[in-house]
Amino acid sequence: MYSTDGGKILFHTKSHFTKLAVFTIMMLIFSFINIKYWFSIGYLGYVIVVGLLIWTYLFGITSSGSQRWINLYFINLQPSELMKIFIIICLAKYFHRMKLENVNSIYTILTSLIIILLPMGLVIVQPDLGTSLLIAISGIAVLWFAGINYKYFIYTMLGFVISLPFVIAFLKPYQKLRVLTFLNPDKDPLGAGYQIIQSKIAVGSGGIFGKGFLKGTQSYLEFLPEKHTDFIFTLFSEEFGFVGSLILLIIYSIIIFRIVAIGASSRSYFAKIFCYSFGAAIFVFITINMSMVLGLLPIVGSPLPIMSYGGSSMLATMTGFGIVMSAKVHSQQLIA
Amino acid sequence: MINSSSDNVKKLNSINRRMFITGSLKFLIMIGIVTRLFSLQVRENKKYLTLSDKNRIREWKLAPVRGEFHDYFGNVIAGNFESYQLHIIPEQVEDFRYVIYRVKDLLELSDKQFKKILKKKNEIKPWETLIVSDNLSWKKFSKINNHLYDLNGVKPVISISRNYPYKENFTHLIGYVSQANQNDIESTEAIKKNFVPGLKVGKVGLEKSFEEKLIGSNDIERYEVNAFGRRISQLEFQKGEKGKTLRLTIDTEVQKLANELLKDKAGSICVMDIYTGAIIAMHSSPSFDPNLFVFGISQDDWQLIRNDPMKPLVNKTLQGNYSPGSTIKPLVALSALENGIMNTNFTVKCTGKTEMYGQTYHCWKKKGHGFVSLRNAMKQSCDTYFYEIARRLGVDRLSQTAKKFGLGEKVFGNLFGIEKKGLVPNTQWKKNALGQGWLLGETIITGIGQGYIQTTPIQLCLMTAQIGNGGYKIYPHIVTNENDKISPADKFTPLFENSKNIKIVQDAMFGSTNEVMGTSYRSRIDDPKYQFAGKTGTSQVKKITEQERELDLKTFEIPYEQRDHALYVAYGPYKNPRYALSIIVEHGGNGSTTAAPMAKKLFKLIIDRDKLRKSMSNNRYLEV
Repeated sequence: MYSTDGGKILFHTKSHFTKLAVFTIMMLIFSFINIKYWFSIGYLGYVIVVGLLIWTYLFGITSSGSQRWINLYFINLQPSELMKIFIIICLAKYFHRMKLENVNSIYTILTSLIIILLPMGLVIVQPDLGTSLLIAISGIAVLWFAGINYKYFIYTMLGFVISLPFVIAFLKPYQKLRVLTFLNPDKDPLGAGYQIIQSKIAVGSGGIFGKGFLKGTQSYLEFLPEKHTDFIFTLFSEEFGFVGSLILLIIYSIIIFRIVAIGASSRSYFAKIFCYSFGAAIFVFITINMSMVLGLLPIVGSPLPIMSYGGSSMLATMTGFGIVMSAKVHSQQLIA
Repeated sequence: MINSSSDNVKKLNSINRRMFITGSLKFLIMIGIVTRLFSLQVRENKKYLTLSDKNRIREWKLAPVRGEFHDYFGNVIAGNFESYQLHIIPEQVEDFRYVIYRVKDLLELSDKQFKKILKKKNEIKPWETLIVSDNLSWKKFSKINNHLYDLNGVKPVISISRNYPYKENFTHLIGYVSQANQNDIESTEAIKKNFVPGLKVGKVGLEKSFEEKLIGSNDIERYEVNAFGRRISQLEFQKGEKGKTLRLTIDTEVQKLANELLKDKAGSICVMDIYTGAIIAMHSSPSFDPNLFVFGISQDDWQLIRNDPMKPLVNKTLQGNYSPGSTIKPLVALSALENGIMNTNFTVKCTGKTEMYGQTYHCWKKKGHGFVSLRNAMKQSCDTYFYEIARRLGVDRLSQTAKKFGLGEKVFGNLFGIEKKGLVPNTQWKKNALGQGWLLGETIITGIGQGYIQTTPIQLCLMTAQIGNGGYKIYPHIVTNENDKISPADKFTPLFENSKNIKIVQDAMFGSTNEVMGTSYRSRIDDPKYQFAGKTGTSQVKKITEQERELDLKTFEIPYEQRDHALYVAYGPYKNPRYALSIIVEHGGNGSTTAAPMAKKLFKLIIDRDKLRKSMSNNRYLEV
């Protein structure tokens, strides 16, 4: 963050660190809250966030073409980011008590699909395809760990592949453009392909050890778009090179590993399913963001957890960490 | 409870199994990302590093300093001067409106100029330089400097621009520079390479011919820029080279005299060294001030030049196709002698007119010259005599000699794009070009330089020089350093069969100038130091009707456009000749009264300056 402001402690830097501090404290507080309590607010939280999404749809703040935020006077909240976490809590609770043989019943599957599709739909209309996909992935992660039969996943995947051409036909022109750009970024280097080309140049020019802290020319001279949000990893790897990026990946891996380990040592099924799903979701967020800036996936708006500038994203991530830590603290807690 | 606990165990088994699958997948994906990072950052690092540099480093070229033209004695005839300019970078100005109105007041700009500047401002980016004025007077420049305290962001700049100190004296020879256009950029590689907005390039004359030598190379500034093209910091400055300075063979004093002599007249004067082919002076009149073009000529000035009936834009020395008139006679005589048509004793009786093939041909002297031999015919320019020998010679043999002496061919080759070839007719030419057979009557008038034959003044000068030097081939040139490289194999090869014939023609030309009854007798110089030999010419621009012949009007009584062209060619000094010249005054009336007196003044100056010139030559010239 410090880098993005050109080495000066400006708005972004300050704001980011303030949020980081506030949310870390919040995370610590959350960690002392009994996991039972999180379990009990599972449905309520989901309903509240869905309410916020509807509120957003009706009265949200519009910025750069999409209506994603609601003004809470001290912070502009992006409910779709929160939904990434609360959908996990909600589904984890839903599956907590369920017997394994009931999991694959039509009723269960339909219910869980509605739980996933409702917020997805609300986010898609904002429009924010990226976040809605990430919400879906969070939800699907829970379904996966809850034990939904493999065949459903395989069928869904097949169905997705088959319907892909039809889906593309229904995409908005700018989204279509992104997909096409991903397939061939050099077609329009100054227009649609600009972001991905500049991002690859920045990463590639970083080399083994990087250009050095605050010396990333691509980002400084503003060739790199959205460097403090979605393209933060580009900036990071330009300045710190392959070695720095590797270290960052290792840190992320350790975090995910810890989340999974906490899940493994939790006695309650809710804590376990939440930790596993959250770990998987965080992993997917990270890898999607990185793949995107490295040109492995089309550009979809997806922040890099913790690193990217954005309060709501950090709030959601930190809430997730808070619940994981709560699961750790109360690992012996049984939930009836 | 057992049931539910066994269910729990099953659930745990299921979730752990799936966690294992997920973990493995995560591991694979991580490896994928690391591989991608490795390939981008380590394997392809060089490629992306270059791309990133290409992004951030941008070059700015500055206009190169143009090479100069010097005359033979080192005087600058086309140089550079420091022009005072006023630049504004709009972005750096707090209150642009205030500043620009202030500048308008100080520079006393007209509303039209002011509007142009505002228009230009809207076309550029705010951090680019707006050139408010590119050539300020010192007075206005210092005025701006005195008011700089309240002109924030205004930059007085001293820049280098072309300057022609001798104004109209060298216009047709040197040409002029002006802003490069698309055509210039596409046609000349050097311009393309060194192009910067506002670059001035040669448009005509030597400025254009030697563009590649003169242009020099750009200063290059390398800046780090951001994505919007704004300069962040300067990384490097690479000094360019000034263009090559060309030293000409021209003598400014002679050139100036030529300009003076042709003042208010249309015509051309050129002077040549008869051994080296060095051009001493070459002037076409009327001329104009080339400095007008450097900063873009105003519409009014341009109209004035363009609509002048004397056609200042035409370089008459090279582009003017004139009938040579009687100036061709030495060549006709030479051709006749060489081909054995006649000898010096051959005489013709001139009665003022002669009838041949049912047509009457008039001599310029109504009463006739009586019995004339070659020497007398040349001296008095008797037309009847030349009708007769042209008839005997035939046009084909005459054209051979004419071509040998450089007529009908570009004197400077491709040096000047505009140079005309003239026309030396023969029977074959007429058949090809006009599809008609040659008429004998046409041969007869060709003998006195009328009809189809057309020559440029520079060709006549070359012809005279090659007669003057004893009949040897020379190659005219204007730039001194150029001469070292090009030394044609056939330089100084004889153009004659018998050198005696040349002597006869030279002697006849001497008579024409220095003996009583000679056509240019009145313009002679008796002092052998300056004594020259020449031949007058008067070329008709239209056929003279019988009626007009009866009237026998004086020159001033005829309308300007119908007056004859006055010509004169000469070389001198007669003993030890060195220089040849050709003079043509359009509609000047008569060669002997208009053109020949100019030669007198020119020879005086040229020969006076001969010593000085030789001392400068560093043995470059062959001493003959």
